[in-house]
Amino acid sequence: MEKAEVAKKIYELVEKSTGKKKLKSSDIQKTVSAEAGVTRDEVKDALRDLVDEGKLIYTYFGGSFVEIPPKQ
Amino acid sequence: MPKKYQTPLLDELEKGPFPSFVTEIKKAAEKSDMAADELGQLEKSYRDRRGYGKHGGIVGVRGYGSGVIGRYSSLPEEFPNVANFHTVRINSTSAFFYTSKFLNEMCDIWDKYGSGLTNMHGSTGDLVLLGTNTENLETIFAEFSSRGWDLGGSGSALRTPSCCVGPARCEWANIDTLAINYAITQEWQDEMHRPAFPYKFKFKTAGCAVDCIASIARADCSIIGTWKGNIAVDQKEVANYEKGGMNIQEEIVNMCPSKCMSYNGKELSIKDADCVRCMHCIAKMTKALKATGEKGATILIGAKAPFVIGATLSWVIVPFIKMEPPYDEFKDLIRKMWEFWDEFGKNRERIGELIIRKGMREFLEYLGLDPVPQHVKEPRRDPFFFWSEADLAK
Ligand code: HEM
Ligand code: HEM
Ligand code: SF4
Ligand code: SF4
Repeated sequence: MEKAEVAKKIYELVEKSTGKKKLKSSDIQKTVSAEAGVTRDEVKDALRDLVDEGKLIYTYFGGSFVEIPPKQ
Repeated sequence: MPKKYQTPLLDELEKGPFPSFVTEIKKAAEKSDMAADELGQLEKSYRDRRGYGKHGGIVGVRGYGSGVIGRYSSLPEEFPNVANFHTVRINSTSAFFYTSKFLNEMCDIWDKYGSGLTNMHGSTGDLVLLGTNTENLETIFAEFSSRGWDLGGSGSALRTPSCCVGPARCEWANIDTLAINYAITQEWQDEMHRPAFPYKFKFKTAGCAVDCIASIARADCSIIGTWKGNIAVDQKEVANYEKGGMNIQEEIVNMCPSKCMSYNGKELSIKDADCVRCMHCIAKMTKALKATGEKGATILIGAKAPFVIGATLSWVIVPFIKMEPPYDEFKDLIRKMWEFWDEFGKNRERIGELIIRKGMREFLEYLGLDPVPQHVKEPRRDPFFFWSEADLAK
């Protein structure tokens, strides 16, 4: 699977759980690698790009989570 | 001119023989509005007996999930200059060696973009910069990274590893703590900057059991230098210690935890097979005693200050491992431990808590390690070894 597709799946997963459950990086790795049939390293790699581009950010609420940045 | 607050309670903390953080904040408050308001808010906290800081949230630098800790005042109207008071962690050097050139530059950057207050070093081991605004974070990061520095760890990530001064200054070091610390830092950059663990994870490396970095009490993984050979005894120097007024029977022999030493008034002898390498005798009689033979480390897991069950010291997992570059055996072991933690750990559960919950037996089986006597932390309290049918068949 192309990296862009993995990134899309990650973003959709985060979007879907926004407001319901905060996801940790490992939740995303486990879910997306299982659903898309790619390795966890591939998920990590795509997640890293999303964060570098600012499409997703890390937050800290008693633990580190991955979320969509708030609209300014 | 920054605002001046009356601080009768904080002033108490300037009395006595020790250095005072209040004195230091006052110095910074002469030119920094931020430090001045910090002093005012802190005085109010002492008066009202409650904290007025909040922490967490969404601040950070682009691409990283750690290194910046969001801190906010819950009284922003009263103390506007500390409405934001974020902490920045800079990855410290191994054993905290810096050049004065860097220290000067660091202070200049921090006077310009922050409160001027630092904490060298925090209990995390980082070079901690205390108090700045959200707008300044990217600039501060750029100033440091352009000089070759990087942020440290925070959140559910690998924390900035730290080590004792080791062979740089100390003859007792059994391992090159500085090289190990550097290798760990470089190997696991991603684990430090992009939080993906259930919770924090700390490495601390000490060259010997004196453990100047307090790794056994503070690290999820303590790496403590040890040796395999005998303790060499120089009887002439033993006699000198006696002449110098040392009561060898009382201070050395009777204090040996494994009772493996004896002294007949002339010769000190050690039954090395029973020695647990605690360093007590060597630290007391440096000139007379010396560790010899093969050197390596003991790997311990699981210390944390207040666990669900109270404070916990780390627990021996590997009694002896060679610690030489490229440290492959060690790295593989750690990866396997993280796998176990990733698989079974709950959010905010430290690896030591997980081992207590799941049992040491399962942890050792996962790592593929056979139980050894050194795993027993307290005699008669660790019934984690049971014969399986396969064992009985042998
Ligand atoms: C003057 C009376 C007693 C003395 C001086 C005494 C002394 C001791 C000592 C020194 C130990 C060994 C502790 C260790 O291993 O660290 C022990 C263990 C034990 N004692 Fe006693 N004891 C006394 C009475 C009793 C009584 C009345 C009972 C039971 C009704 C009892 C039950 C046990 C048991 C179950 C153990 C533990 C065995 C183990 O360590 O696994 N003791 N006792
Ligand atoms: C014929 C009678 C008994 C024999 C031969 C016997 C033998 C033993 C032995 C060999 C141990 C292990 C000691 C060690 O680990 O060093 C032990 C432990 C113990 N026994 Fe007994 N015992 C007997 C009766 C009892 C009774 C009647 C009680 C209580 C009412 C009792 C309570 C205990 C306890 C609490 C321990 C400690 C268990 C532990 O530390 O995990 N025993 N016993
Ligand atoms: S822990 Fe041991 S090797 Fe390290 S500085 Fe202390 S005494 Fe020296
Ligand atoms: S190192 Fe500790 S256990 Fe070993 S002989 Fe010295 S005092 Fe005893």
